[in-house]
Amino acid sequence: MEEKHLTCIGCPMGCALTVTIDNGEVVSVTGNTCKRGDIYGRKEVTNPTRIVTSTVAVEGGKDAVVSVKTASDIPKGKIFDIVNALKDVRVSSPVHIGDVIVKNVCDTGVDIIATRND
Amino acid sequence: MENYDLVIVGGGPAGLAAAISARKDGIQSILVLERDDRLGGILNQCIHNGFGLHTFNEELTGPEYAGRFISQLLDEKIEYRLNTMVMDISHDRVVTAMNSHDGLFQIQAKAVVLAMGCRERSRGALNIPGYRPAGIYTAGCAQRLVNMEGEMPGKKVVILGSGDIGLIMARRMTLEGAKVEVVAELMPYSGGLKRNIVQCLDDFGIPLKLSHTVVNIEGKKRVEAVTIAEVGPDRKPIPGTEERYECDTLLLSCGLLPENELSKECGVELSRVTNGPVVNDALETNVPGVFACGNVLHVHDLVDFVSMEAKNAGHYAAAFIQNGEQSELTIDVICDGKVRYTVPQMIRPEAMEDTLTVRFRVSNVYKNASVVVKAGGRELIRRKKQIMAPGEMEQVVLKKADLASADKVEIGIEEA
Repeated sequence: MEEKHLTCIGCPMGCALTVTIDNGEVVSVTGNTCKRGDIYGRKEVTNPTRIVTSTVAVEGGKDAVVSVKTASDIPKGKIFDIVNALKDVRVSSPVHIGDVIVKNVCDTGVDIIATRND
Repeated sequence: MENYDLVIVGGGPAGLAAAISARKDGIQSILVLERDDRLGGILNQCIHNGFGLHTFNEELTGPEYAGRFISQLLDEKIEYRLNTMVMDISHDRVVTAMNSHDGLFQIQAKAVVLAMGCRERSRGALNIPGYRPAGIYTAGCAQRLVNMEGEMPGKKVVILGSGDIGLIMARRMTLEGAKVEVVAELMPYSGGLKRNIVQCLDDFGIPLKLSHTVVNIEGKKRVEAVTIAEVGPDRKPIPGTEERYECDTLLLSCGLLPENELSKECGVELSRVTNGPVVNDALETNVPGVFACGNVLHVHDLVDFVSMEAKNAGHYAAAFIQNGEQSELTIDVICDGKVRYTVPQMIRPEAMEDTLTVRFRVSNVYKNASVVVKAGGRELIRRKKQIMAPGEMEQVVLKKADLASADKVEIGIEEA
């Protein structure tokens, strides 16, 4: 049995959640005051994911960099790998919102797409 | 002098939504004036996601959210001028502006929407002691440097204030290789959204010290260290609690101030609480035909609410252009102090729509307390809330039918 302590992000309450895990299975979520806390607690300990947003260098555009994001959420543990993979990426203007900048970044199956026109 | 039906001052999220809304209500002659070299305002540098959940039912980044409104503006062929600074708005709605193409020019407008947004509270407004070296930035300034100009402001960072921009920048600087030592917050609670505390600080092990402030800045040319100390209930530093952090950068995320210099010159009455105009349910100021929306009116947490408010401002500005000035009865909305302010502050009980959303902020953290609204000697609303905090805007919906005989509306918090 293992216990993990989290703060729920469902609302400003910020309930202090305790998630009990046994062999990788969530046994219980306590400390929550509503159902959203239960759902968040289970997802956050079994498969936490995030959208990563960053920038890449752009040549010939209005700005020095253009903003990008992962097209969908990726495992939380891959955040730094992805940001590092973008360090040396350079694109040329014009860039449009939605353009694929890097395909299948860090073998996540998720593309990096542009979020600003430049 | 040029003539336009509607002049909108500011091409950020508020100005864009107001312009699109007025066009949909049939106003053909609209001009948006924007001082930056592009539309979209501050959203252009807010590259993180989380925008648009209420408006588009999906999580967009700032530039993507702005991009959707800019596309609509272009589709509607609404006129705009960039790199254009508005210098003055007169009480009879003559807008004086300048840019390098037209020089100084004047426009007579039938209605004006104020959508200038807000700016950050700077070091000068905070009275922080210590030297004045390089390396002290507002969080938004650092955000612009990193996200648009591709420059990192520093490597070892202390952040004062736990507003959302500061939290977002703690994560952004960390991802770009900086070490964020600590976030210090003067108040005993954070001014930022819970989600940002978890995803921007907790995810990266960055400590948040509540009831702490900066008491010294060291370094002559560049910041070399920052000392923070705990504060008591009087918000004064407690001797002996000082902690010194070696760092090269101090970011300030200590609140936003609506930018109302133009409003003042125009004779618009401002609220001492919001620092924005006092408005009625039509978002009209005391100057007839001058409307306000977005962060120039009051600082919002979510851009979605800015867009909704601005849509209303555009709608009511269009009605003013079409129907002219009407003289209408207005009543005040009175707050009890626990409710710090409301927008609007005045209601036209006869002219208002069937329902009206009144947004407000509370002055402290209240748990298991009730929002109570009274008018005409009756209790209209009593709603229990598990939690209310100053950092999260609240709202109640009033019905026109309930206000027929009211001489004022009172809104307050009752604790259990």
